[in-house]
Amino acid sequence: MSGRKGHALPRLVPRLWAMIIKEFIQLKRDRLSLAMIVIIPLMELLLFGYAINMTPRHLPLAVLSADTSALARDFVAAVKQTGYFDIRGEVTSEARAKAMLRSGQVIAILRIPPGFGRKLRAGMRPQMLLATDATDPVTTSGAVAAVSALATRVFRRALRGPGADLLATPAPFELVVHKRYNPAGKTAINIVPGLIGVILTMTMLVFTGLAVTREVERGTMEALLATPLRPVEIMLGKIAPYIIAGFIQMAIIMGAGRLLFGVPLAGPAQVLLVFTLIFIAANLSLGYTISTIARNQLQAMQMSFFFFLPSILMSGFMFPFHGMPVWARFIGELLPLTHYLRIVRGIMLKGAGFADMAREGFALLIFMLVVMGIAVVRFRRTLD
Amino acid sequence: MSAQGRTEAAGWAIDAHNLRKSFGGREVVRGISLKVRRGEIYGFLGPNGSGKTTTIRMLCGLLTPSGGGGRCLGYDIVRESRMIRLHVGYMTQQFSLYSDLTVGENLAFVARVYGMARPVELAERTAREMGLGARLNQLAGTLSGGWKQRLALAACTLHDPQLLLLDEPTAGVDPKARRDFWDSIHALASRGVTVLVSTHYMDEAERCHELAYIYKGRILANGPVDRIVAQSGLAAFSISGGRGLDDLARHLAGLPQVESVTFRGDEMHVAGRAGKALADAVHAACKARRLTCTADAPTLEDVFIHFMEDRPKVCGGEAGA
Ligand SMILES: Nc1ncnc2c1ncn2[C@@H]1O[C@H](COP(=O)(O)OP(=O)(O)OP(=O)(O)O)[C@@H](O)[C@H]1O
Ligand SMILES: [Mg+2]
Repeated sequence: MSGRKGHALPRLVPRLWAMIIKEFIQLKRDRLSLAMIVIIPLMELLLFGYAINMTPRHLPLAVLSADTSALARDFVAAVKQTGYFDIRGEVTSEARAKAMLRSGQVIAILRIPPGFGRKLRAGMRPQMLLATDATDPVTTSGAVAAVSALATRVFRRALRGPGADLLATPAPFELVVHKRYNPAGKTAINIVPGLIGVILTMTMLVFTGLAVTREVERGTMEALLATPLRPVEIMLGKIAPYIIAGFIQMAIIMGAGRLLFGVPLAGPAQVLLVFTLIFIAANLSLGYTISTIARNQLQAMQMSFFFFLPSILMSGFMFPFHGMPVWARFIGELLPLTHYLRIVRGIMLKGAGFADMAREGFALLIFMLVVMGIAVVRFRRTLD
Repeated sequence: MSAQGRTEAAGWAIDAHNLRKSFGGREVVRGISLKVRRGEIYGFLGPNGSGKTTTIRMLCGLLTPSGGGGRCLGYDIVRESRMIRLHVGYMTQQFSLYSDLTVGENLAFVARVYGMARPVELAERTAREMGLGARLNQLAGTLSGGWKQRLALAACTLHDPQLLLLDEPTAGVDPKARRDFWDSIHALASRGVTVLVSTHYMDEAERCHELAYIYKGRILANGPVDRIVAQSGLAAFSISGGRGLDDLARHLAGLPQVESVTFRGDEMHVAGRAGKALADAVHAACKARRLTCTADAPTLEDVFIHFMEDRPKVCGGEAGA
């Protein structure tokens, strides 16, 4: 009877394939997980992009103009055009303007001095004051920066001809432009690449963090262990389907980031894909390792969270990495997200290439292999 | 492979000696030795918690014995458990297939895991052979109990194992399905497959070539059914004749020489250690109540009740009613 079908040890690939197919079918039937793959990145992107870190727009502004020239009116119109300010009133007295600011009716006052237009044409660099409610600097910083940036552009048409040389330098403002590389003050540009890393960390951990405990709790582990599957085959089979899920999430964030916030991809896409593959695999292996250590699904969730929190706080996602104390930076260096953030920001925003990011990619690879090693060793081959 | 050659020459599919297993200091298997011939159906009986599942798990390498050792199909159960896994089909006591996969997908998964050629075709063919053809696309979790057991049997025989370890394969299955199930097991055995099967059903035990009765982690009796019964040294009587059976049951159960009293419809079956004391007591009691008493063959059940220390004396009927 054994002559009919060979009983030589089947090669690794078909057995691994068996695991992959099974996991795929199970994922396909798991509507909640499928929804998670798509909804989490969108939700986080909108949350971080618009609700949390987005520079507020349509701030109420009072204009206190002592000049009726066309240039002054042009400027006010341009300020309105930025979308950062809604003009709530044109006031005539300093006291009235201050009262509005104090009461919170407006969040900023734009004061145009007498003879502004005339002085501008004469090249006398008149001053313009944008007084803001500084109790919440974050609220206004973007708006302030946007208004400051206007100075170089707004009078381009009006001063064409004899006054053109006045455009060589910006009109003087008391406000200094901080975000030199980001004139519109859009925080989303920094947030979106970071979000790719954070979302991949979170969802990949959750997906595989339950991989083993679920089989144990459903009672299927006993039969799985009684098959010739090796621990490494079980691990790879459980990880593989979610790599695709990871790339889907990345595509969603990058696509939406580009559409909604105009976040660019400055560097080579294939390099980003390769490093992202390593990063996804590293997180999946970590989740899998957690699931070999945890005794039940609740423990697995707790352990994932225990890892997720420092990843958010110490990777440079929330706070600038170089502003952290040495001990925190040391912990940060051990987290895959830290390295991935450097990679994804470098490639997307600064146009970095493979050579620039090879060290960070190598760190991810080492992390992945170490974690996979732990998982294979930790995996309980028996029910003891 | 020399070890396999040796065991094969001796004809043992399972050859374990003095297996022991403790969990947290409590020894639940206390020295089980077991020899099962190739092509034989070997029954594993014993009350709940006696250590049947634990022993089976040790045989296929899922648990490491705390003492003793042995070979399955010639492979050492500790050191060569991988080889054992390739050639053994293990049907767990709990349903352990994937409830979110269909019948066909579950079988194809198993086929791939064992590296079988054309897994999908094999899965479909096996399903049809097991009468699961119509349910090929049904989620395993939605099958009824009996069909789940069928699927589990199909899954553990798919790769042509030489040894089947079946842990209570017919628990909760209706009589017709149980009969079909056992026909399948006999068909497998006739093809040379060795089957070790645990069960709580006496009729199933009687369909085995040999049996082992386990109690509190030890084998109390083993061998062919008739030999176990013969060696038990029990005698039995069948009593009938209408009223007074309840009263008689109470009376007999109080006697030291009577070990079990079983109601079977209008009849009563009494067993105890064979000898003049039992015969005299039973005859006297029947005569007093004008009941007919004839000698009967002791059953396997009598034997197993005989083995239990704190045996219940009256079974199978409402003695008090
Ligand atoms: N993993 C374990 N940890 C601790 N105790 C265990 C474990 N597995 C089994 N036991 C104990 O070992 C004893 C024997 O259990 P086992 O499952 O082998 O019995 P069984 O004969 O199969 O019973 P049943 O007929 O109810 O299936 C029981 O008392 C059980 O509680
Ligand atoms: Mg059991």
